[in-house]
Amino acid sequence: MESLFFFLASLTLLCALMVVISKNPVHSVLFLIITFFTISGHYVLLNAQFLAVVNIIVYAGAIMVLFLFVIMFLNMSKQGDAKIKTSTVSKFAGAIAGGLLFVVLIAALKDANVVGYNPDTYDSQIGMVESLGQVLFTEYLLPFELASVLFLVAMVGAVMLGKREEGESNF
Amino acid sequence: MESVDLLYKAIYILVIFGITLLIATYSTYFERKIAAFIQDRVGPNRAGPAGMLQPLADAGKLFFKEDFIPAKANKALFILGPGVAMLVATMSSAVIPFGDMLMIDGREIYLQAINVNIGVLYIFGVVSLGVYGLMIGGWASNNKYSLLGAIRAASQNISYEIAMGLSLIAVLMMTGSLSLREIAEQQAGFNWNVWYQPLGFLIFLVCSFAETNRTPFDLPESEAELIGGYHTEYGSMKLGMYLFAEYINIFVASAVMSTLYFGAYNFPFMENLREAISDPVLANNVVTLLGVVVMFAKIFLFIFFFMWVRWTLPRFRYDQLMKLGWKILIPLAILNILLTGGGIILLS
Repeated sequence: MESLFFFLASLTLLCALMVVISKNPVHSVLFLIITFFTISGHYVLLNAQFLAVVNIIVYAGAIMVLFLFVIMFLNMSKQGDAKIKTSTVSKFAGAIAGGLLFVVLIAALKDANVVGYNPDTYDSQIGMVESLGQVLFTEYLLPFELASVLFLVAMVGAVMLGKREEGESNF
Repeated sequence: MESVDLLYKAIYILVIFGITLLIATYSTYFERKIAAFIQDRVGPNRAGPAGMLQPLADAGKLFFKEDFIPAKANKALFILGPGVAMLVATMSSAVIPFGDMLMIDGREIYLQAINVNIGVLYIFGVVSLGVYGLMIGGWASNNKYSLLGAIRAASQNISYEIAMGLSLIAVLMMTGSLSLREIAEQQAGFNWNVWYQPLGFLIFLVCSFAETNRTPFDLPESEAELIGGYHTEYGSMKLGMYLFAEYINIFVASAVMSTLYFGAYNFPFMENLREAISDPVLANNVVTLLGVVVMFAKIFLFIFFFMWVRWTLPRFRYDQLMKLGWKILIPLAILNILLTGGGIILLS
């Protein structure tokens, strides 16, 4: 199990790096999809089957298809391998912002102590659909419902924006 | 798990894999024979008796053709595309229960590769990945018709996934389980889900036509406007892989529909048969083996239905396809969920 974890973790990091490094945006998207798969692998190792599959359905199956869809259209307009020019200022800004985030992460994780689990009281069914549903619909009912209202609002907003305006077409 | 159990499982997985490929191979033959029958022709009849060796001849021809890659194509992704299509197509048969339990030497062998308690979600996840092979191949070909085909495939797949998921929810509400084996077990005898979920089944059927890119929804490869769609630039066995993946998808979709709505390996009077045989082990094995035969009979019926529709109905227009998906099927699926919920409250 341990070696499997390290294999998956290194694969995740490698693919995540390739997302940033790849010159071709389509390659980036494909590496991001592989990253989601490896993260799902981590969920399976943590005994959270439901989360693993939902991660694949939602991210790899739906969101990334839309990403790929949009990027394929973007690539069409620029013939050949036109290089994206980045100004020196934005490079500096990016480096500083990323570095700051890194510092914050290290500061947050520096003092964190990893809580191990007790094999006697550990419930192996904790990541299964049934226990997840129980927790979600009793203990965290309000946040859950609020999140779904948020999704509904986003959906209505998207429909509003996508609706054809009356009168002459402006686009 | 003991090593003997693992051995049985490995054999079972290999057998299922082989059967999947065999059925996909001979689907090409039967597609042509059925097309010939519907159009009052003879169909393939040269290779072997009644043309039975035609799929082998086709495969041999595809393998020996020149393996061509267009000059400006993205080479790696061009090769990856058919591979992904094939990989994803063969993945979903892992969770389908093709039969109940066999007893050999006092050992219980379940005729299912892996029995996860999220089988339905697994199938749904694999289905949602199916479009990547088409998209990658279509984009990598560097051809505008391929790209248009890929983009059509993507939007069609996403649109029909929603209605498909919603129609599944009604089944899950009734059975209360995400495990395909449990769903199958609850439909014992003639207590099939389709009697309770006729509307849900209809939505699921239409959506699986769209998800497998079959006529009347084969817009991604409509030859009249897109030459060949996403596989315009493909030739030799790479093209063969795409077409093959489509037939595997049909097989899997048929198996899923049989499992979810048509009682999987259950058949009427199976309990009477079980009681009629005195030896319990023998009775169990006879019923299970008959169940496997029944399951495959159901699958073949659905495959025939896919072909029947292909040679009967003309292709939809793309805006009609989108309208059907978003404005008819999704509201109908939501209505079906409401009806199911009301029914459960009233009857319980």
